[in-house]
Amino acid sequence: MSERELTYGEAVREAIAEEMRRDPRVFLIGEDVAEAGHPFKVLTGLVQEFGTDRIIDTPISEPGYAGIGVGAAMTGMRPIVDVMFGDFITLAMDQIVNQAAKVHYMSGGKLKVPIVFRTTLGATRRSAAQHSQSLHAWVSHIPGLKVALPSSPYEAKGLMKSAIRDDSPVVIFEDKMMYRIKGPVPEGDYLVPFGVAEVKRAGTDVTIVATSSMVQVALGAAAMLDEVGLHAEVIDPRTTFPLDKQTLIDSAKKTSRAIVVDEGYERYGVTAEIAAVIAEGAFYHLDAPVRRIGAMDVPVPFSPVLEDLTVPTEKAVFEVAKALCGKP
Amino acid sequence: MTTTAVIEPRMELEQNLHMYRQMAKIRAFEEQVNELYKSAKMPGLAHLYVGEEGVAVGVCEALRRDDFITSTHRGHGHCLAKGASVNRMFAELLGKEAGYCRGKGGSMHIADPETGNLGANAIVGGSAGIATGAALSAKMRGSGQVAVCFFGDGALGQGLLYEAMNMAALWKLPVVYVCENNLYGEYTPCGETVAGEILARARAFGIHAEGVDGQDVQLVNAVMRRLVERARRGEGPAFVECKTYRYYGHHVGDVNREYRTREEEREWMTQHDPLETLSSRLTAQGLADASVFERIQTDVKAEVDAGVQFALAAAYPEATEIDQHVYA
Repeated sequence: MSERELTYGEAVREAIAEEMRRDPRVFLIGEDVAEAGHPFKVLTGLVQEFGTDRIIDTPISEPGYAGIGVGAAMTGMRPIVDVMFGDFITLAMDQIVNQAAKVHYMSGGKLKVPIVFRTTLGATRRSAAQHSQSLHAWVSHIPGLKVALPSSPYEAKGLMKSAIRDDSPVVIFEDKMMYRIKGPVPEGDYLVPFGVAEVKRAGTDVTIVATSSMVQVALGAAAMLDEVGLHAEVIDPRTTFPLDKQTLIDSAKKTSRAIVVDEGYERYGVTAEIAAVIAEGAFYHLDAPVRRIGAMDVPVPFSPVLEDLTVPTEKAVFEVAKALCGKP
Repeated sequence: MTTTAVIEPRMELEQNLHMYRQMAKIRAFEEQVNELYKSAKMPGLAHLYVGEEGVAVGVCEALRRDDFITSTHRGHGHCLAKGASVNRMFAELLGKEAGYCRGKGGSMHIADPETGNLGANAIVGGSAGIATGAALSAKMRGSGQVAVCFFGDGALGQGLLYEAMNMAALWKLPVVYVCENNLYGEYTPCGETVAGEILARARAFGIHAEGVDGQDVQLVNAVMRRLVERARRGEGPAFVECKTYRYYGHHVGDVNREYRTREEEREWMTQHDPLETLSSRLTAQGLADASVFERIQTDVKAEVDAGVQFALAAAYPEATEIDQHVYA
């Protein structure tokens, strides 16, 4: 019997629906989440099942509803705060960074903030500079936050369920270009644990660590590398915090070469952090410097011919890997 | 409309004396905090509540123990009025493990969930969302709890407050916004920072709003009892502007106070002192005499002296505490 397939968006919705059925404290709040079912239609049908008391449309007030989510989480509820575009987390940053991330620590462990901020990342949707960024590095920087980056429908469901059940604040970034991608998703309950990287493809010559939208790019590059006789290992950390450092280091020790690919801006980014983790942990096993491939350090341009240049491609990863392995 | 008419003192004498005791305790506590600062026994700074005691006590005496409050950087009075112990308050101010936050929060972050205190907040206006979210949570859980959001006139410049009030009005949430207008946002007179009428801002959202003399604890309490019960009945949020005055500067180190006159300070201290207002009224009504208030003063000074000794003798946290409670 073939495995059931869902789209990435359907997997997100199924995770939320299952958790809302399981736990009456879970609710979802944000812009256009009820009857509209979210602009990406990820939430279609939820309001019909759970009603407007638990699928709550808000005004366009990111700091306001983020803060309301924090207060509800501190007092016995488990909110999912829907921030439509990842770019908009900047508006809610005080509530995410200074409030949600700090309350447990500042209160000496007495208050908890079991909240999920669900938002998006990813360019090439022709949405220009304020709707296309991948800002997960911002929140990965903050002690007190966990950050999940599902790279397939399977992870989209399993990471969302783990996020909802976590007693700490979690920011989960969904790749908006992946909502219609299909993949196997088990029915019923399963969790993808935080802090456990997934080896997407085993290999011997080079390690490619890739996150979220870049996992498919890395797998495409690996297929191209096969053709020139190089076997890449592709690893998805799945969460930038907690980060499964050991799996990344072990792989780099094995292959002696590593590339990190992520759709966030390259400078001061997730690629830099993971490259440093590998360099520190596998230094004496490396035959080449760890390479970073992130989004270009420019505001995302509108024109398609320009926008496509800003995002790492299979070809780019292939070329870097080939050069790293000393192949002409 | 400002509530200016004197409310007949219908409350029991016992309740009035309890409010006097609470105000006296806050004042004695804060005077002691200033001494700790001046004698270099307290790390960092503190924002003293002296002069504003009528607001915290009048408000909190209208609340149930399980009702929520969110507090501000000038929060010691709110915490004590809601039921915090002097010992653990001092311990927190001195960074000791016996403090409310195990010494990790300090003056501006005291939280005590057992008395419904969701925490002081060092981001001006930063708790407007949290208080409103606690009210949403209370409504969703059907708990009958009410949330009070304390903030100063300085927070009137923060957009979050208006986003939260908008949603509270739309959803008829059981929250009361208490604006402590002490005439200065940090070092700047509020006349330079607040345009238009303060109460009109709340009324624009359809929120019931009234002003009250914050130096008259009986008036504050009477207004709050009415508005809290109204909120508890499901009739929606309210906004109260309490006119008050901080006798000290913005914080303990602000000793020159170039931005206001000594005459103005003298006027508030001699003509509008909340303790004196209550004691002289009860005395004039023949309900108590000077010896009653002297006894209360002696009692609270003893409590404060014992509390500060407790805190000075208490242990600092172990170094192993440092990475505890980052995540729940």
